[in-house]
Amino acid sequence: MTTQRVGYALLIVLALVAPTFAYPVFLMKALCFALFACAFNLLLGYAGLMSFGHAMFFGMAGYFYGHVVKAWDMAPELGLLAGVAGAALLGLVTGALAIRRQGIYFAMITLAFAQMVYFFCIQAPFTGGEDGLQGIPRKALLGGLIPIKDDKVLYYVVLAIFLFGYATIYRVIYSPFGQVLKAIRDNEQRALSLGYEADRYKLLAFVLSAGLAGLAGATKAMVQQFATLTDVAASTSGEVVLMALVGGLGTIIGPVVGAFIIITMQNYLAATGEFVLVIQGAIFVVIVLAFRKGVVGELAEWWKRRQAG
Amino acid sequence: MFELLGISPQALFGQLLLGLINGAFYAMLSLGLAVIFGMLNVINFTHGAQYMMGAFAAWLLLGILGVPFWVSLVVAPVIVGLFGIVLEKVLLKRIYHLDHLYGFLLTFGLALVIEGLFQWKWGSSGAPYPNPIPGGFNLGFMFLPTYRAFVVVAALVICLATWYGIERTRLGAYLRAATENPTLVRAFGINVPRLITLTYGLGVALAALAGVLAAPIQQVSALMGVNLVLVVFAVVVIGGMGSIMGSIVTGFGLGLIEGLTKVFYPPASNTVIFVVMALVLLIKPAGLFGQTK
Repeated sequence: MTTQRVGYALLIVLALVAPTFAYPVFLMKALCFALFACAFNLLLGYAGLMSFGHAMFFGMAGYFYGHVVKAWDMAPELGLLAGVAGAALLGLVTGALAIRRQGIYFAMITLAFAQMVYFFCIQAPFTGGEDGLQGIPRKALLGGLIPIKDDKVLYYVVLAIFLFGYATIYRVIYSPFGQVLKAIRDNEQRALSLGYEADRYKLLAFVLSAGLAGLAGATKAMVQQFATLTDVAASTSGEVVLMALVGGLGTIIGPVVGAFIIITMQNYLAATGEFVLVIQGAIFVVIVLAFRKGVVGELAEWWKRRQAG
Repeated sequence: MFELLGISPQALFGQLLLGLINGAFYAMLSLGLAVIFGMLNVINFTHGAQYMMGAFAAWLLLGILGVPFWVSLVVAPVIVGLFGIVLEKVLLKRIYHLDHLYGFLLTFGLALVIEGLFQWKWGSSGAPYPNPIPGGFNLGFMFLPTYRAFVVVAALVICLATWYGIERTRLGAYLRAATENPTLVRAFGINVPRLITLTYGLGVALAALAGVLAAPIQQVSALMGVNLVLVVFAVVVIGGMGSIMGSIVTGFGLGLIEGLTKVFYPPASNTVIFVVMALVLLIKPAGLFGQTK
């Protein structure tokens, strides 16, 4: 436990000084995806539900944020709130339907709903279709107290949002609710026979995960000042799976590591065009065949063996 | 009656034909997915990429070697099917003992690699494939292009042949038995791993065959299978993967529903299949032809 505390303390110090040596916009983007991946991992890693359509929450929240802040000219806090609430509501509707099937069907159903949302976003008037929502203003937070036009100031706001989301997930996982989720993941029949209504727990986990993915998506729209179709597309749903997988499913810090790895990789490979996809696909194949525990999972295993030996 | 609804019969029958053609592709692709899933317990996310490879194989055969469409109709699925067999031998067979999830992720990764490579080599804009049987019939109420009529008939024949092969032949009986209880079938001296490889090869060849048929209708492009495979997933959820005939009926039926939606309420035509999926999940969660296992 103490090593874990030291680790977290070091990471927070690193996060606080990071803008002095790294480009803040890159860091903010990575933090948004890290929160997104953590939200996804809450569902797959701890409830055993594989959603292949999480981009619908991430992307729609961006549109909600943009619409509230730009078209309705309201405060960014309300935009974030709208993003979270909208994504959670979408999660409630799609989740209630998806949990009626299990296993691989669940993945296909979430994927199909995300595709439906994608087609909706192409046509809906408020999303701007192919152009997306552009030029969302960066208005000051807390009624003018925190001006976020400066990237360095905004970075600390995004870091605070990320830490809030991460702490929420941490709290959920180590709560009695989280324990029941794990029990359902490992043996649903047994959890049912013990009197836990598995479906209600699954649905609540789904809504929580959707809401947090929405927080990540709305924050991303705040940072980048736009919301586009890419964020609701199936490729983004695949990316978040990849991030969680690379970092380590079912490890709480894994998705953060995975998100930073993938975003860094995309940053360096952006110029090569199609090869980003080829390499991402190849990583999927390699991870599934050889490193199913992911970076953090494998490291933890190695550490355990060292302690024991 | 048509005047009453404010719809011209040309538009109605034109869209119905288009729906029937889309349905033909849904049926062929969901059939392949169901056969592969039954045997391998893997949802083949690479299906869309393999469909695209079929179209590309025909296009390249024509462009480089001048191979005509009718020969490609046989050769292209064989080439892509062999490619599928290699994939199964090298990669897929390593993950059968794992959760379904990993097969899904592995084949998703493979689809990204294949589609990315094709996009890198040939771009994403697409190339036309000449219509092998131009012309058509004037039916009085609509114009029926010969090739499109051929596609619908060919798809029906292919689907029924697959159904016959699985439900009525000895090899099909082995296959169904191995799906139920592979260990027991092995004890009877049947080479089940080879049967699995063969099934995957056939399922992939079926996807490629659909791709060859689609080539003259659609542009041959690296991304032609990307969105299609997602719709086919919804079709599979609606039909359930338990029954071969179920896949065929659901595929064609949903194509028609999509076509009708294009006539009566065009903005919903892209999403109607997903709406049907939501309704089916509400009313009969196991799917129209599915059994809950």
